[in-house]
Amino acid sequence: MQPHTLSIREAHELLTTKQISSVELTTAVLDHIHKTDPLINAFVTIADELALEQARLADQRLRQSEDITPLTGIPFAVKDCISTRGLRTTCSSKILENYIPPYNATVIDRLSTAGAVLIGKQNMDEFGMGSSCENSAFFDTHNPWDLERVPGGSSGGSAAAVAANMGLFALGEDTGGSIRMPAGFCNVTGLKTTYGRVSRYGLIALVSSFDSIGPMARSAYDCAAVLQSIAGQDLKDATSLPDPIPDYLKMLDKPVKGLRLGIPKEYFQAGMEAGVESSIREAIQKFEELGMEIREVSLPHTTYGLPVYYLVLFAEASANLARFDGTRFGLSVAEGAENVIDQYLQTRREGFGPEVKRRIMLGAYVLSAGYYDAYYLKAQKVRTLLRQDFEAAFEQCDALVAPTCPTTAFKLGEKTDDPLTMYLSDIYVVATNPAGVPSLCVPCGFSNNMPVGMQLIGKHLSEDVLLQIGHAYQSATDWHLKRPAVSK
Amino acid sequence: MTTYEPVIGLEIHAELQTKSKMFCGCSAAYSEAPAANTLICPVCTALPGAMPVVNQKAVEQAILVGLALNCTINPMNQFARKNYFYPDLPKGYQISQYDLPVASNGWLNILAGTDPQRIRVRRAHLEEDTAKLFHHDRHTLVDYNRAGVPLLEIVSEPDMHTVEAALDYATRIRAILRYLGVNSGDMEKGVLRFEANVSVRPTGSSELLTRTEIKNLNSFRALTRATAFEIQRQTQIYQSGAEVVQETLGWNDLKEMTISQRSKEEAHDYRYFPEPDLPPLEINRAWVEQIKSELPELPEMREQRLIMQFGLTVNEARLLTSDKALADYYEKTVSLSKSPVKTISNWITGEFLRYVNDMGLDLEHLPFPPEHLAQLVDLVTAKAINDNTAKEVLAGMFKTGQSPETIVKANNLGQISDQDALELVVAQVLNDNPKEVASYLAGKQTVFQWMMGQVARLTRGKADPQVARKLLLQALEKARISK
Ligand SMILES: [Zn+2]
Repeated sequence: MQPHTLSIREAHELLTTKQISSVELTTAVLDHIHKTDPLINAFVTIADELALEQARLADQRLRQSEDITPLTGIPFAVKDCISTRGLRTTCSSKILENYIPPYNATVIDRLSTAGAVLIGKQNMDEFGMGSSCENSAFFDTHNPWDLERVPGGSSGGSAAAVAANMGLFALGEDTGGSIRMPAGFCNVTGLKTTYGRVSRYGLIALVSSFDSIGPMARSAYDCAAVLQSIAGQDLKDATSLPDPIPDYLKMLDKPVKGLRLGIPKEYFQAGMEAGVESSIREAIQKFEELGMEIREVSLPHTTYGLPVYYLVLFAEASANLARFDGTRFGLSVAEGAENVIDQYLQTRREGFGPEVKRRIMLGAYVLSAGYYDAYYLKAQKVRTLLRQDFEAAFEQCDALVAPTCPTTAFKLGEKTDDPLTMYLSDIYVVATNPAGVPSLCVPCGFSNNMPVGMQLIGKHLSEDVLLQIGHAYQSATDWHLKRPAVSK
Repeated sequence: MTTYEPVIGLEIHAELQTKSKMFCGCSAAYSEAPAANTLICPVCTALPGAMPVVNQKAVEQAILVGLALNCTINPMNQFARKNYFYPDLPKGYQISQYDLPVASNGWLNILAGTDPQRIRVRRAHLEEDTAKLFHHDRHTLVDYNRAGVPLLEIVSEPDMHTVEAALDYATRIRAILRYLGVNSGDMEKGVLRFEANVSVRPTGSSELLTRTEIKNLNSFRALTRATAFEIQRQTQIYQSGAEVVQETLGWNDLKEMTISQRSKEEAHDYRYFPEPDLPPLEINRAWVEQIKSELPELPEMREQRLIMQFGLTVNEARLLTSDKALADYYEKTVSLSKSPVKTISNWITGEFLRYVNDMGLDLEHLPFPPEHLAQLVDLVTAKAINDNTAKEVLAGMFKTGQSPETIVKANNLGQISDQDALELVVAQVLNDNPKEVASYLAGKQTVFQWMMGQVARLTRGKADPQVARKLLLQALEKARISK
């Protein structure tokens, strides 16, 4: 048995039957990371000592058979935009290179309460701005399926790590596809939760009104187990939802027969890689075999998804990043500064990468007097149309199915010179975030030896339904079980 | 030469007296902090990932003020980010309210000189205070204890046309805030700050000319001086044929002049947009009604009531209601005293307030309770002491906090109107001075005053003059008969 290859479900079985300890499991995972990550570069920080300390505590709980959850003793890592007390949290930016938060994000506290074992922090596009992980200020992360290719972004480190068995699950963060797109590129199951389902407190904000934390794991089952621990209202996040939390694991085995699955025709346009389209079509075939009703639906404002997404992103991100001024934390470049404004300028000039600067400038522009109505306000109005598109579609079906990306993972460096082409790779995943609805990425095949992901999109707070469909699909297929060679 | 009249609008920033800050659980009592940066957390120091949560108590207090200023309370509130860089603003934006404030379209009655005037209140919105900066030679220190303390900004329409009107408006707002218990009004601690928008126009015209904005007026004195200075400066500019420039000004207390801070071209573009970390805040009718039912009697209503109930003059009533603690003290004294209201009012508006002001006392923490003042006035009314003695006793009360009876007894200050006691004194005067008695009986009337003097001397001035006079006359008549 190679412990690092276990799923949460399998590991939980072995931990509770005392066939393995959390320390053994965690050690195996850490060893595998130290061996494999030099090839992948998924981790910004590996927390060996902290991990083993938590594993020992988890073992105590397991020994006493007390207070055990499906995550007790399970090693995991998080995208480096989620604050961890005492553990460096960088957002893959120079400006936070040495920032150690004095507090935990709520999701970290919740996972810690559940007994999960934090092993490290994962690379990302700087502040979540990018779709390939190439905007990390530190290093590129490589796709474990082909080291010449990108893992996708911005949660690229998390997707690559889970695919390469470096951690049994990860917490990613999805602002406009940042969980699903890399999950699809790396053959990982990833869930973008309903906006507000999971607390954002302690998540370093990119777009406050889009950001959603969610699990990335080996299966829909494992995602359900993680979601169970992190979902629910948090009094420290005023935008978190008070709605009750379903028993996600219990819901998994409900039959999908008779559920209606919509195919949004706007998501199947020219330009899609042939192998991607055929994989998705095969998956739809499979859903039909499982007894689901398939019907075509329309999301007529889909073409506005990308501009709406980026306009709101620029605006909110420009304000969210204003606090990085070198005064209280992080990089501070005061040398030679004549006054405080100089210090701000120097710090931000050195601390932020080019994509971040581009977006801050665009954000200040779209919010400025005389342009606000034409850009930000207009975008908010179109956002309402996007939401209504989904609402109308969900009157005819229980979930939608679509590709996560028109292509499979592209080569490192292929799109770095052209931000617009890069933005376009998110075309299928961005619209869900302005609408706030949940979406689950499920591996569904390969095209030119690279993984293809499909996304299931559901109505507000229907994570249970998405996980149920994903689980039914994964019970009937084995795409999600395929692992790259480096994962051994 | 054309004469000009001022057009003044005021923005009043009032810190709200809540236990915790506007968007986090830190204590808002920064003036009592043990040291700099002790009342802070990830939220109010804007650490990455920290998120705001609205303080319900602050919203309640804002609604209370809105209602007191006759505003409409908006059922849908939205917070907004006001973006600018300054080291006292940790997030790089201030969470404020923009197009959907708590309260709007209210009014407040004031006296412009002697004329009553209604000043329109445009809006009152919630926001957060900034950190405090301490500038040194080569560096600046930041104390975040104040960062995030709730602020209510009350914005008037430009309805005031004299410095006196602006002062009266500001004074009344301060009184209302104190009546509501939402702000201590302690200007020295900076819990109340003013900004004045000033322009002038040819007298009688209704146009609005270029205005300037004077920031950071931290006392009533600064408000009146700065406004007066600015009115004169602008008037002189127009009279010399030049134009006033739109700009933001600061007030220099030492030089007593306004100083340009930035021009219109340099004005900030705050790039307001709705705060995405806070969902819109609904204020339903039931909540407003609940708060309305808790609204205390306000200065203007109380002024009217005191005039009706106790027959006070307008000036007395205004003076007595200008401060809630004073009005409470006054009414309590009236309810405890058996003396005529007029006498009590005279004592409070006169001697009592003179001591309070001279000694710089806080009306909420006086050295003695209304019971003692009622006792004092009652002693005068009952002629147990005379006016001059009463003033001495009052001085003693302010000094020692003792009750008037204690002071009177301890110093043997009581007026002697007791018949038996005074009869003995009179008898003694007659006994001791047979020559003078004989001379009086022989018809020398002036000796009577001399004998009254003897009574006063023996009683050290405490004899009730009327009683003494009566008893002395009686005794002399007796002597005449028995002679
Ligand atoms: Zn705080």
